[in-house]
Amino acid sequence: MWPLFILDELNPIWAILVPLFATPFIAILGEKCRNYREGVILIAGLLTLLVNIIMFNGLQNGTPISSGEQVLFAGLSLKLSAEPIGVLFALLASFLWVVTTIYSIGYMRSHNEKNQTRFYICFAIAIAAVMAAAYSDNLLTLFVAYEAITISTVPLVTHAGTPAAQRAGRIYIITLMTASIGLLMPAMIWIWFITGTLDFVEGGILGSANLSPTTLSIILGLIVFGTAKAALMPVHGWLPNAMVAPTPVSALLHAVAVVKTGVFLILKVIVYIFGIQTLSDTGAANWLIYLCCATILIASLIALTKDNLKARLAYSTIAQLSYIILAALLATPEAIVGGGLHIVVHAFGKITLFFCAGAILVSLHYKNVSDLDGMGKQIPLTMLAFFIGALTIIGLPPTGGLWSKLSIAVGSLDAGMIFPVGVLMLSSLLNIAYLLPIPVRAFFLEKKEPQKSQFSSLQTDTSTSTFGIEPLACKIAITITMIACVALFFYAEKITDVLYTLRF
Amino acid sequence: MSAVVEMSVMEQVIHHLPALIIVLPLMIAPLCVIFRNRIVAWSLTAVTSGICAVIAACLLILVKNGAPIHYALGGWSSPSGIEYYIDISNALILLLVSSISTVVSVYSLHSVDQEIPREKHYLFYTAWLLCLTGALGIAITCDAFNVFVFLEISSLSTYLLIALGNERPHSFMASFRYLIMGSVGASFILLGIGFLYAATGTLNMQDLSERIPLVAESRTVIVAFAFITVGLLIKIAMFPVHNWLPNAYQYAPSAVSSFLAGTATKVSIYVLMRFMFDVFGTNYSFSQMLLSNVLMPLAVIGFILMSVVAIFQTDLRRLLAYSSIAQIGYIIAGVSMATQAGLSAAMIHIVNHGLIKSALFMATGCMLYRLGSVHIQSLRQLISSMPITVSAFAFGGISLIGLPLTAGFISKWNLITAALEKDWWWLAALILVSSILAVVYIGKVIQMTCFSPITTENNQSSGQVISEAPTLMWVSTWILLLASLYLGINSEDFVALTQQGANQVLGGFK
Amino acid sequence: MTTLLALFNYWIVIILMMTGLYIMITRHNLIKKLIGLSIFQTAIFYFYISLGKVTGGSAPIIDPDVTTYSNPLPHVLILTAIVVGVATTAVGLALIVRIYDNTGSIEEDDIREHELSLIKDSEQRINKSSMNKTDQG
Repeated sequence: MWPLFILDELNPIWAILVPLFATPFIAILGEKCRNYREGVILIAGLLTLLVNIIMFNGLQNGTPISSGEQVLFAGLSLKLSAEPIGVLFALLASFLWVVTTIYSIGYMRSHNEKNQTRFYICFAIAIAAVMAAAYSDNLLTLFVAYEAITISTVPLVTHAGTPAAQRAGRIYIITLMTASIGLLMPAMIWIWFITGTLDFVEGGILGSANLSPTTLSIILGLIVFGTAKAALMPVHGWLPNAMVAPTPVSALLHAVAVVKTGVFLILKVIVYIFGIQTLSDTGAANWLIYLCCATILIASLIALTKDNLKARLAYSTIAQLSYIILAALLATPEAIVGGGLHIVVHAFGKITLFFCAGAILVSLHYKNVSDLDGMGKQIPLTMLAFFIGALTIIGLPPTGGLWSKLSIAVGSLDAGMIFPVGVLMLSSLLNIAYLLPIPVRAFFLEKKEPQKSQFSSLQTDTSTSTFGIEPLACKIAITITMIACVALFFYAEKITDVLYTLRF
Repeated sequence: MSAVVEMSVMEQVIHHLPALIIVLPLMIAPLCVIFRNRIVAWSLTAVTSGICAVIAACLLILVKNGAPIHYALGGWSSPSGIEYYIDISNALILLLVSSISTVVSVYSLHSVDQEIPREKHYLFYTAWLLCLTGALGIAITCDAFNVFVFLEISSLSTYLLIALGNERPHSFMASFRYLIMGSVGASFILLGIGFLYAATGTLNMQDLSERIPLVAESRTVIVAFAFITVGLLIKIAMFPVHNWLPNAYQYAPSAVSSFLAGTATKVSIYVLMRFMFDVFGTNYSFSQMLLSNVLMPLAVIGFILMSVVAIFQTDLRRLLAYSSIAQIGYIIAGVSMATQAGLSAAMIHIVNHGLIKSALFMATGCMLYRLGSVHIQSLRQLISSMPITVSAFAFGGISLIGLPLTAGFISKWNLITAALEKDWWWLAALILVSSILAVVYIGKVIQMTCFSPITTENNQSSGQVISEAPTLMWVSTWILLLASLYLGINSEDFVALTQQGANQVLGGFK
Repeated sequence: MTTLLALFNYWIVIILMMTGLYIMITRHNLIKKLIGLSIFQTAIFYFYISLGKVTGGSAPIIDPDVTTYSNPLPHVLILTAIVVGVATTAVGLALIVRIYDNTGSIEEDDIREHELSLIKDSEQRINKSSMNKTDQG
């Protein structure tokens, strides 16, 4: 009767509680009953998804949804509510959690990863925190969730336990925490000090405070750099380092949940704290817009030079995140909607690419782009998916990437800025240059002579079992996300409709 | 006197609660010596501390709902007798000290058993009770000379407790150095009180506060002010007179470090607040003597520098000790703002830091109990063998950093907004910088305990299996942590209470 | 000059106090440090005692012939402080005895050296076998 119970309550807290409730079961079942363990995760994932769908429907019907609040002190409280960007984000994250769980079953098992139970527990906690971030109704709640995500994902980054993983973990936690405590928290306190509230209010709360453009610029700068998860240069260094994590982590967390929480925070703060009217009137965001453009181009250029597939994808992610920050900073309705849409579209595109990278790793044991020439025949599905994912990132039909890029470009023109449009086009060209050659060469080039790479011994070991074939679970996950990429081309309007219900 | 006779028994008890909270541990202490049995001594200590905590809670409720309590000890009303004065600020301190004493003394059963020879246990607990008496007495009394007496009661028993540590000769030397420093500090306070008496002819704090303004220009009062401030700063272990603290906390028995970390310096900070705001008066201390100009730079240098020093420590207890000095810097920074918000932030942090740091030392004690050393290198991958203890440490550490939903966050938030209220942007920024330093030193420990694999070299020699600390130890550690968590999540009443307390302190004796 | 002589008791207090403080700071012998502390505290006792003296006053015992009494309160107070001082000295001396038992010296430099060598030993032991129980005490 418990889904009905949720229906009655219509409370976003369930989206947070369901993954949390799952953790003790995951811990108890453990490695010995791993099938049941993963069953529990899948059920939890589906339930979370269900909650989010209910929220989504509620939003479409126009029912205001919010939870009670937990007052901390002096006007500070924790509270949740469902609003368009948040619900979309929650829906996205919970859907992809299910898909990623399917994928990780295949990946983790065929990769014989250790400490899988710890992995799944941290994963579930991270998802709960993402849900809290998505439904947060004030900046404090969002900040709490943001920090919770940081902490719960550290064990995932350092999962391998190797010195490289530890180093990555150190960089990860120090960059993210330093930035959030050193920049984001002062910004939050400053806002609270000016306005006496941290609530997300339609139209923003800073507009009525009559701040000078300089002050607004400083606060905005603190927030944008303080949100190191959004990986705007120069606070992007943690992301490529964090790629030592197992691929499902890179896929869900470092292409979707973690980094998207960062840009989501920026988007939400700009819409509900600054108010896009205030921002576009004062022009406080202009200097950051140029920085976003620079990040997009520089990150794309670096991606071109990377031979390690995951590193290349990481830099691509940095560039794509800056698209969304750019969209938010442009502060026109069209751009905000484009940014919201791009969160979804990029998530599907990038997760597909990461799934492919992981599938290549478990089936062929290749990590580098240069090894993949002529491998298309061995892993046709993966390479096809990679192709679709690449199209999404580039922004070509028949994928949803087209619409989000278009929206952002139109938004930029609305704001009276042509420069970002040029950057978007240039970056699309760069995307083509660093992504498309991979599937093309895999299908059309001849296979290279097998080299004595460092993985050669591994290859011979496992050649009897999995050589050339991706695990079934991986295939299912890849197919789902690939289809979703294409589906977004046709159904993007559903998402933009919801986003347009925002009152700016 | 007739009014007293008419009281019912219950009213009588309530009326005498302020005396009871002091007399009880003082009377039970010799009982421990008489019984000479470790279990009896332990249970007497724990139960007595518990009763004191209940009394303190009652007092807090009484002063929260009513006026501050004046209690004339032995029926001798002031100025001839010693008066006890309780308002919200010291009722909070009483509650903090006695509850930490309760939890830590329960905790101490196993750790003391390991660290101290059994035949000395009854003496250990006697000293403990005396130390508790002293700490409570410092907080409750309204007589300047009485402050000195209680200070010395608690100091002398603290020297003993520290010297009982099992790392010889370090413990003895730590105790001796503390003895020299502490006695100098106490003597300074004594001298200052003497000057005050010479200038005003009274020792009652309330009388002092009335008479000092009349002679405020005299050099005697200025000298008294200087001696009392410096003496208290030594007791507080404020940078740069903090040198006794790291050794004392590192080499004391782990239960003692836990107890002292949460109580000893906090009580002295309370006395500083009482003297600066009430006895000398806010105006005298901060407008005439410009105390902020001295305290604030020291506090800031203290919390930055000591956090940096903490990063380089290799012994966990020493790391925590330096972190304590840094945290004292926060509290003093709050005090030296001399505003309601600043004082309230200082009080919040006194309580929060007391709980957190005690819990951290207790978790460290659990590790010490099993490992025999808390050198940072010996903690590798401890999470797999002592998950509860390590997670307790991690939780406390997160609270120390001041992440949201923890008690530390509430402290930092209030401290920073108090700084912003005075337009001290730089202070807010520096507090955040030092929080980041806390991320580094806590992160260092967490990384070692959770993510550093045991190297093969280490593996060869590790024959025995390390198990979780005894239940009693980790349960009591978590009790303090949960208390701090509760304060972090449901802090509205608590913050309101400290604001009320801050107003009372700023408003002088009523 | 008259003020100097009239306040000679305070001069003695200051000289004694500074002597005590100087000894505590400069001497590295633990016993001498403790002696310095005692002198320092004694100076404060003198301060209190002279504080209570009223010129021409007699001991504060009620007598119809006497009109001025010395103030008894500082004298009573300082009794307490003397007791505290004695206790502090006792604890200090006891500690020194135990330190001497452990290190064979009461010179701070020697003890410091001894302590450092012990710390170095234990660090080496820990680095060698970090999971091993190191025996201390």
